[in-house]
Amino acid sequence: MSKQYKLIHCTINGKPREVMVDVRASLTDLLRNDFRLTSVKKGCEVGECGACNVLIDGECFNSCIYLAVWADGKDILTLEGLEGPNGEISDIQQAFIDEAAVQCGFCTPGAIMSAVEILNEGRELSDEEIRIRMSGHLCRCTGYENIFRAVKKTMLKRLEAKKAQ
Amino acid sequence: MYAGQSVKRVDAFDKATGRARYTDDLCDRRAYVARVLHSTIANGRVVSIDTSEAGKLPGVVKILTCFDLKEKHYFPTAGHPWSTDPSHQDVADRLVLTDRVRFWGDDIAAVVAEDEVAAAQALRLIRVEYEEYPFVLDVQKAMEDGAPQLHEEFPNNILKHTQIRIGDYQRAILEPGLTKVEGWYETPVVQHCHIENFICTAEVEGKRIKVVSSTQIPHIVRRIVGQALGVEWGRVRVIKPYIGGGFGNKQDILYEPLCAWLSLQVGGHLVKLDVPREETFICNRTRHSIRNHIVSWVRPDGTYAARKLESFSDQGAYASHGHSICAKGAGAFPQLYPCDNVEVDAYTVFTNKPVAGAMRGYGIPQAMWAVESHTEDVCAAIGADPLAFRRKNLMPVGYVDGFSKNEMYFDSFNQCLDKAMAAIDYERKYRAYQNQTGDVRRGIGVAVFWYNTAVWPISLESSSCRMVLNQDGSFQLQLGETEIGQGADTAFAQMAADVVGVPLEKVHVISCQDTDVTPFGTSAYASRQTYVAGFSIRQTGLMLKERILNYAHELTRMPAFNLDIVDGNIVRVTDGRVLMSLGELAEEALYSLTDSRHITAESTYQIKSNAYSFGCTIAEVEVDIPMCKVKLLNIVNCHDAGRLINPALAEAQVHGGMSMGIGFGMSEKLMFDEKTGRPLNNNLLDYKLPTMLDHPRLMAEFVENYEPTSAFGTKSLGEPPACSAAPAIRNAIYHATGVAVNNAPANPHNLFRAFTEAGLIHDESQGDRNV
Amino acid sequence: MYDIKALYEARSVADAIRLLQEHPRAQIIAGGSDVLVQIREGRRAGVELVSIFGIDAMRGVGYDDEGGIRIGSLTSFSHIAASPVIKDKIPVLGEAVSLVGGPQIRNIGTIGGNTCNGVTSADSASTLLAWDAVVELTGPEGVRRLPIRDFYIKAGVVDLKPAELQTAIIIPKVSYEGYFGHYIKYAMREAMDIANLGCSVNVALTDDKKAIRDARIAYGVAGPVPMRAPSAEAAAKGRAVCRETVDAFARAVLCDIHPRDSWRAAKAFREHIAVEMARRALTESIRLAGGVIDE
Repeated sequence: MSKQYKLIHCTINGKPREVMVDVRASLTDLLRNDFRLTSVKKGCEVGECGACNVLIDGECFNSCIYLAVWADGKDILTLEGLEGPNGEISDIQQAFIDEAAVQCGFCTPGAIMSAVEILNEGRELSDEEIRIRMSGHLCRCTGYENIFRAVKKTMLKRLEAKKAQ
Repeated sequence: MYAGQSVKRVDAFDKATGRARYTDDLCDRRAYVARVLHSTIANGRVVSIDTSEAGKLPGVVKILTCFDLKEKHYFPTAGHPWSTDPSHQDVADRLVLTDRVRFWGDDIAAVVAEDEVAAAQALRLIRVEYEEYPFVLDVQKAMEDGAPQLHEEFPNNILKHTQIRIGDYQRAILEPGLTKVEGWYETPVVQHCHIENFICTAEVEGKRIKVVSSTQIPHIVRRIVGQALGVEWGRVRVIKPYIGGGFGNKQDILYEPLCAWLSLQVGGHLVKLDVPREETFICNRTRHSIRNHIVSWVRPDGTYAARKLESFSDQGAYASHGHSICAKGAGAFPQLYPCDNVEVDAYTVFTNKPVAGAMRGYGIPQAMWAVESHTEDVCAAIGADPLAFRRKNLMPVGYVDGFSKNEMYFDSFNQCLDKAMAAIDYERKYRAYQNQTGDVRRGIGVAVFWYNTAVWPISLESSSCRMVLNQDGSFQLQLGETEIGQGADTAFAQMAADVVGVPLEKVHVISCQDTDVTPFGTSAYASRQTYVAGFSIRQTGLMLKERILNYAHELTRMPAFNLDIVDGNIVRVTDGRVLMSLGELAEEALYSLTDSRHITAESTYQIKSNAYSFGCTIAEVEVDIPMCKVKLLNIVNCHDAGRLINPALAEAQVHGGMSMGIGFGMSEKLMFDEKTGRPLNNNLLDYKLPTMLDHPRLMAEFVENYEPTSAFGTKSLGEPPACSAAPAIRNAIYHATGVAVNNAPANPHNLFRAFTEAGLIHDESQGDRNV
Repeated sequence: MYDIKALYEARSVADAIRLLQEHPRAQIIAGGSDVLVQIREGRRAGVELVSIFGIDAMRGVGYDDEGGIRIGSLTSFSHIAASPVIKDKIPVLGEAVSLVGGPQIRNIGTIGGNTCNGVTSADSASTLLAWDAVVELTGPEGVRRLPIRDFYIKAGVVDLKPAELQTAIIIPKVSYEGYFGHYIKYAMREAMDIANLGCSVNVALTDDKKAIRDARIAYGVAGPVPMRAPSAEAAAKGRAVCRETVDAFARAVLCDIHPRDSWRAAKAFREHIAVEMARRALTESIRLAGGVIDE
């Protein structure tokens, strides 16, 4: 059986990419293996843990159950893409550090990317809404408490900054 | 002083940016992929394995079966310190592959392939013929005469039975006026569910075998891979990068020996064994399900006359950590509520289930489920207030355990209870929730826990530390204790900075461990990292400091005893004058043409002490009786873990432990098919690990009594938070409804049964409901 | 890496039908959250797939010419929940699909996939059934429409002919106008879970809000496929809005449902919960419709 490949064009972390993908590959495979974006973690490979979560056209997806060929024409953002050219990190990453929301660190990249999706909406979510929107990430270290705090704090900070403008 | 400050984790930046490297991130793409073929029967023998079809698949490199194992090197798997006394060694009952199958999921063959698709295809094409034996899943049935036997050398499947006898139980129960309270309390099989599955890689490097593993215990992995392959231990090199959680599962040797063996079978090529989640649930380790039977005889004045515990611990198919887990829980029993007449019988029993090993709490969550549920039952039976009863009967100040010599130095229980009660507004709620009626009711419940730090005097306690000074006055810090997510590296850096006298950023903790260069240590378990590392950090730091000051004497002509290192500077203590920076000294020391020295220090500290670590949980619930559902409204843990090295990280540890306790009490349970022994819910959808929506805000409180046996006043905090949440929730449900759920978890299935039995709900098909 | 023998990507509905005709053994993959998991499990290993994921024309929510609500089969759960049309006319459907899995699953999961896999636990299915939805199926012979209750044949099997695909789900105007509904998902945790039982109820009250003009109820996991409870509906139709009606409605569901005994939940437990869910879902539906239940 000959292997089937497809040439796709997409944007990954702001850079246009052209890459030949094995049609059997998941987006996790593509990001980890071809681009060494190892923030995309594998925890279950069936869309239950959220460790491989990335943004595709601004929405969160578990990249383990997303075929790499579907990324054709899409804009993909991984945790690595949040970093500025001089290694500056985003407010939500800093909040995860400040609020001790990071322990083993394995769920962290996926959880941060869900927070990015939420924060990009630019509106105030209730505590319950934050929990619903973050509920696609299993974490065994934090009890979610400090992750919740980091997301809420960053949301309020951004809203305050917006108001001040 | 950094100890006591909530400094940011030293690894937080790398983890929050995705730069932190875990085992798979380090693996070269040329690696072969290994997958394990597991048995699909629960007990029996493999008669034959036909690999002919699978072997023809393109991409399959080699298929190895249990029959290819020419030399049988049995090995133990528990992440315990080795004992040179054979009678104290762990049971060596594992082979890398086995033809004698003892649980559904046992390892009988392995495929090495060029990619995971070929490996998975090959697994599906291998044909296995078995001779099936009857199997047993229930711990007490396994002890019966005539039950299927798992290991010939353990009659009635009893791995070990231990007894504790204090006073004379039989005579004490004859005292007139006693109330007898009896109950059975059972905890389910649960799994650690670290988000990074177990993964390891192995390859031959020179004449040695290099293993990279997601483990808590690299030095123990070195020893056991050596034992399993029958090679000298020094020929094994183990590297432990960042790991995505362990919680005790990775305090066991999992597939490192098999992976190393497979690499040897394919010419030393790099082999990766990345365990799928479904296999992590059943082919790694689980937490022992323990069935406890407690009988208490209580006097009218609310004190205990006599108590008895029978503990039946389900070991699963192989010994792993074995009896030490059940024994720890049983050992807590006479200590938590001291009584003059106690009988304890603890059994650890093989069954045809996945292998139970260490899991956060090491027997104490199971013991506290039983003891603290029972305490509530005792209070109900004699009409005592749950708080007052506990305060009256808990281990008093000044209590000394004869075996460990641990002493209760402080009034920790009362202090923790006071703080937790205030945080959750206990008194008011307790009164308000009495005698409710209606479909939806609230309750509030308490549970305390007993824990002790580290493993002395049962096993070796030692810690080794190395500090290597750089030209700029910074130094590398290396320890045998491991960072597994808990924040150990940060606490180590804080302690080291304080001892040596440098700014925190001058301490470079080497997180990635390599048994070739990392000082020896038995690593992360028993909530001992900060406690034991504290000793060697202090000793080694003082050693380094002395060497630095002696060199400063050479450079400054000031007597070393008049010098100190403060904030990275050499300071004359008599007038506080800064004589030079540590960087200036270090540079001169390295490059001096007259007296060049590479200033380093390394030492081992053997610890011969151990410390109690106590606390409690108070939980508030709302029970929807017709829906058989419990909503956790509020929960608080309060701990006396001695002085906190890093309060923010301590709080985070407590949150995580509480979360695990909530899952243990309310939703988690690994289930097995009674007819086949097959696991039913070994995936993250069907196994109910709590999500963010299943938790309320988690509150963590502390009482900081400086631990006198400790180098920095600290004691265990890693496991204790997981020990008392479940029984507190159970007791809150009891408070709300008067229904005792004695089999964890208090999930809707168990609540339906319990509420039906209690007459709170009625069979809907039988007519009107009248709740 | 998935064990996929070949992947054919369709650009349009016509393209998809052609590909399905050319590759008769090929299976359809939409969002993939079920198909890919089954490939990994080995159940569908080595498959040929026709991917319809790229057919954007099958996405979106709007009205058809008769005022019915038309949901493109590839519309994701999160987009259904966010749709102003859904929020306005049948908010319960948005609420129901917001209980599927977790947020990432709701971004990839499609309503077409949720119904075409024929799974009884699908969170969208009981609500669609309870609102008399119609499925639009497009195949080589053209377009046909089928009430969703006829679409389900048995567990895991739906009425899809060779080379046919579900292109839309329609809720006719008569089905939604004047109706108010509520969905309860019963699961073991609050997110990332599969329903042990799902119950969707809707009612239309008389103008004075004193009586039930019509009541509809459907369950997931109460039988091999999503199912209605006609005895319960009959017990409520035309009755006064009162506690007795609600109780009679709730108890009557036991005449209709056949939940299974399994390790996921015992039959007796499911039956008990089913009654309670019916009671609560009807109570809430009546409240939403502006009715007041006399106690």
